[in-house]
Amino acid sequence: MTTPNIHARFSCTYPDFNLNVDVSMPGSGITALFGASGCGKTTLLRCMAGLQKTDGHLSVLGDIWQSDTHFTPVHQRPLAYVFQETHLFPHLSVHKNLTFGQRRVADRDRKITIEEAVSWLGLESLMARMPSGLSGGERQRVAIARALLTSPRLLLMDEPLSALDQPSKQDILPYLERLRDHLAIPILYVSHSVNEVARLANHIVMMKHGRIVAQGPLQETLARVDQPFQLEDEAGIIVQATLDEIDTRWHLARFRFDGGELWLRQDERLNVGEKARIQVLARDVSIALSPHRDQSIQNLLQAQVDQVETDVSPGTTLVRLMAGNTPFLARLTSRSAAQLGLAPGQSVWLQIKSVALVD
Amino acid sequence: MLETYWDPVWLTLKLALLTTTVLLMVGTPIAWWLARSRHWSRQPIAAMVALPLVLPPTVLGFYLLLVLGPNGWVGQLTQSMGLGLLPFTFEGLVVASVLYSLPFTVQPLQNAFEAISEGFLEAAATLRAGPVDRFFFVVIPLARNGFITASVLTFAHTIGEFGVILMIGGNIPGETKVLSVAIYDHVESLEYTQAHWLSAGMVAFSFIVLVTLYALNGRTRMGAFR
Repeated sequence: MTTPNIHARFSCTYPDFNLNVDVSMPGSGITALFGASGCGKTTLLRCMAGLQKTDGHLSVLGDIWQSDTHFTPVHQRPLAYVFQETHLFPHLSVHKNLTFGQRRVADRDRKITIEEAVSWLGLESLMARMPSGLSGGERQRVAIARALLTSPRLLLMDEPLSALDQPSKQDILPYLERLRDHLAIPILYVSHSVNEVARLANHIVMMKHGRIVAQGPLQETLARVDQPFQLEDEAGIIVQATLDEIDTRWHLARFRFDGGELWLRQDERLNVGEKARIQVLARDVSIALSPHRDQSIQNLLQAQVDQVETDVSPGTTLVRLMAGNTPFLARLTSRSAAQLGLAPGQSVWLQIKSVALVD
Repeated sequence: MLETYWDPVWLTLKLALLTTTVLLMVGTPIAWWLARSRHWSRQPIAAMVALPLVLPPTVLGFYLLLVLGPNGWVGQLTQSMGLGLLPFTFEGLVVASVLYSLPFTVQPLQNAFEAISEGFLEAAATLRAGPVDRFFFVVIPLARNGFITASVLTFAHTIGEFGVILMIGGNIPGETKVLSVAIYDHVESLEYTQAHWLSAGMVAFSFIVLVTLYALNGRTRMGAFR
């Protein structure tokens, strides 16, 4: 038996662009559909929901939702959809918005209770309010809870944060992380923000001009030297790390990961033992052939050169290195790469100028 | 004496209430289709619905008389069904009023339906609501003001109609003699006192109806449908 997952194949022609995808996605965790605006990621999501009818085939966790001969109408698909503009019903209170979908699901299929959804998304004080009286962030939290209350087998989220200001985004991200870690269902998350993807996704699918140009697990895919995501200045990798020790004297925190340790500025939100994602940008990593202790950089890691590739911008080289099982990227000028004589297999030291928690 | 005096009033109210009820049932699907369809026939059908706004009531009455009469195809149909002929009956008035007031139901409803973002319907669909469910629990509540406007306008417009009634209904007391016809009658027979009472009553009634409508519906634009 193959692991249940999601397989989607769609092709359609619009006056301004064509959608042409054939993709398999994991049946758990957050898969980010990533790409510039207009690349077709929202269209793909709408096709999967059945909101847009196109030729194609879609199977989700073993059930066929669309084939050449069959099309399950939207309201019969066990999915939930979180829209960018929330579309909360203006004539219903928050409480009635929440129960709108739940009431339409058979008792035996209800796996998420209203109390759970309300506490997960912190809606206790909002229940009697009308949508028009809510802030943007509150509206989006209500919309997410409303979607979850249908106990879906697949959660589709279309840029749920893009209409929000920075503080509201920061408010909601922890809720989304909690859903990722507690819900057993796959989440497809459309986004054009590298930061959101780096923070939330387990798997990433990159789209361009209606096609899928790359996909894979987040860490591996971000560390590819051919840079399918074309992040340019934002090219970098994600380290999954655990907070091991807090040094109160220097206000530093030591994180352990598969391949070494990294020191970061202390963050009050995290306690020892908690997991976090740390972003290391390629432009902040330099390479030395021997460890230099007589310098200001705190984070030194031993690593092996894995791949050396000319970068997209002329005169620079992208180097992929492995520290333990964790891949890193370093962006160097091609001249320094040549002077160091970097070659795969070589043992070197990474000097990391700056590391940050992803948020 | 009192009875005959009030007869036209009751008859008018009965006609207006029945017409409004029928039109809400007939006009709602038409308005929904006009608001959502992209079919080529949308424009011609919208124009047909709006025709009673611009046609002289006598034109409508004349054609109704022909179609519903003994030689008209509807007339032959109603006769073969054992219903008799519709002209000069109360039922005939209802049919005529429904046609005559159609735009007053359809246009406010269509405006209200068009103002509902497709997003609410899509959200409802992803929340497991089927098409009929969506219509009753999303569209109707969101178009509430449209329904109020349509009902009040249809009711008031039916009460005010005269030309079509005279053509198709005539002047049969208790059957087709509605208010407007009764006033006409009084004036013809120089009974100005009675004509005054009824006319003043109509002015007051219409004014109250419109004030109520504007108050209920302050934010929607009345200009859109006349």
